Amino acid sequence: MTTDTAYSPTEIMAIASARVLRDDDVCFVGIGAPSLACNLARLTHAPNITLIYESGTVGARPDVLPLSIGDPELCETARVTVSVPEMFAYWLQGGRISVGFLGGAQLDRFANINSSVIGPYERPSVRLPGGGGAPEIAALCRQTYVVMAQTRRSFVDRVDFVTSFGFGEGGDHRRRLGITTAGPTLVITDLCVMQPDPETRELTVTALHPGVTREQVQSATGWPVRFAETLGETPPPTGAELSTLRDLQRRTAEAHATSRPAGAAA
Amino acid sequence: MTEFLSLHDAIASYVPDGSTVALEGFTHLIPFAAGHEIVRQRRRDLTLVRMTPDIVYDQLIGMGCARRLVFSWGGNPGVGSLHRLRDAVEQGWPRPLEIEEHSHAAMAAAYAAGAAGLPCAILRGYAGSDLVAHNANIRSVDCPFTGERLAAVPAIRPDVAIVHAQRADRDGNVLFEGITGVQKEVVLAARRAIVTVEEIVDDLRAPSPNSVVLPSWTITAVVEAPGGARPSYTHGYYERDNAFYLAWDAVSRDRDRFTHWMHDHVLAGSSSTAAVA
Repeated sequence: MTTDTAYSPTEIMAIASARVLRDDDVCFVGIGAPSLACNLARLTHAPNITLIYESGTVGARPDVLPLSIGDPELCETARVTVSVPEMFAYWLQGGRISVGFLGGAQLDRFANINSSVIGPYERPSVRLPGGGGAPEIAALCRQTYVVMAQTRRSFVDRVDFVTSFGFGEGGDHRRRLGITTAGPTLVITDLCVMQPDPETRELTVTALHPGVTREQVQSATGWPVRFAETLGETPPPTGAELSTLRDLQRRTAEAHATSRPAGAAA
Repeated sequence: MTEFLSLHDAIASYVPDGSTVALEGFTHLIPFAAGHEIVRQRRRDLTLVRMTPDIVYDQLIGMGCARRLVFSWGGNPGVGSLHRLRDAVEQGWPRPLEIEEHSHAAMAAAYAAGAAGLPCAILRGYAGSDLVAHNANIRSVDCPFTGERLAAVPAIRPDVAIVHAQRADRDGNVLFEGITGVQKEVVLAARRAIVTVEEIVDDLRAPSPNSVVLPSWTITAVVEAPGGARPSYTHGYYERDNAFYLAWDAVSRDRDRFTHWMHDHVLAGSSSTAAVA
């Protein structure tokens, strides 16, 4: 059967995120959309990309996407597995990571990210899982890419809580805090690609995914969106990209559904 | 020297009410059997320390064992929320839970500082994060050589560390393989350490002179607990039960369903059948 070339917004987000990765990148990979993008890159144009998961696995090459950050296959396929203190101290803080991936519940126009709480911290209406590795990934990778589905609920004027610092209040705020890395240089959503303005650091839409309008992007964003003067269009997925992505997701779903605990069946 | 104890006796001896306990294992080697024994012995007012609370702390929190939680990422990995943790923080059920929230980098460094006998850990961390404003244990120091402002957090020194490992030999030396997380650091940082193992063997079969081995004299008690990490996993013995992690979302979402599940699968069990089927 040939690949169905119709694709979903989630698929173009994954494919656009994979395309920006290079064969010589060293990536600090999170679970979910980042792991999908990084492994898709590895299985298409970047076979030598180094994927590092914070559980300590350096150079992992999983056949299916891990459900957790420390699935057995990550360790079994890794070049080496180091301890977690070593991972954060030598590899992340030591400046060895070229690209870190981030996502979260909320993102603002300066790419600050909230993955901690909705509502006030002391009495949250929703207690989210929290930052994990993200606060230091945001500051210590040479640059970060944010991958997030874009909705008015998630792309907000002000985040309720800054878990991971992007550009703060814009301009040279990173430098004023002594942060020397480039920060979030790309935000890839299911609608578009955004990049920070060179001066103000406000996120600016630089490319729309095929068929997406400016109005759609604005209605999914909680602040008045800026668009670049020359607005690009993301090239549509190729058949090879789509079939690789779908094979990976099918293998993953099959692998994660193989057992069922007593009493836990739905 | 190391004692060889039953799981019941290890928890009864070394995990009193009100103590500070760290059950570690970064996704891998999570000491579920020991967590379940703590639930069965109805411990109260514990301070639970763990980078990724995972299902094991969701269960302890939901059963009312904890007064306080020190953590850095409190989700069900790859699935979503820990609903019992959320309920305790948002609604105070079954009792209010104080939290002390860190980042992974800081907690990992704090365990290493504890193992090294230092009072605090120093790291380039928390830059621009609001966590600093909500956790009085995140402070800063200026480097005496360069003047760089660095984050500082207190060393973690639990009353007792509990970890799982592949195996111990008959002298009580313990081998860890695979994702070793902070297993070594938490054992060396804690005043006492309980290690549950898949098996106790004549020969440890450490694969390399650089294997992660903790000598018996660093460990208070060794407990033979085959399957003691399920539904987490033990590299070389059994796989992570990812389907369980997916199914836990529905079990834990509802207070009654959770409570029934714990009664049927944990409270009704003995320490020898602690593993989740």
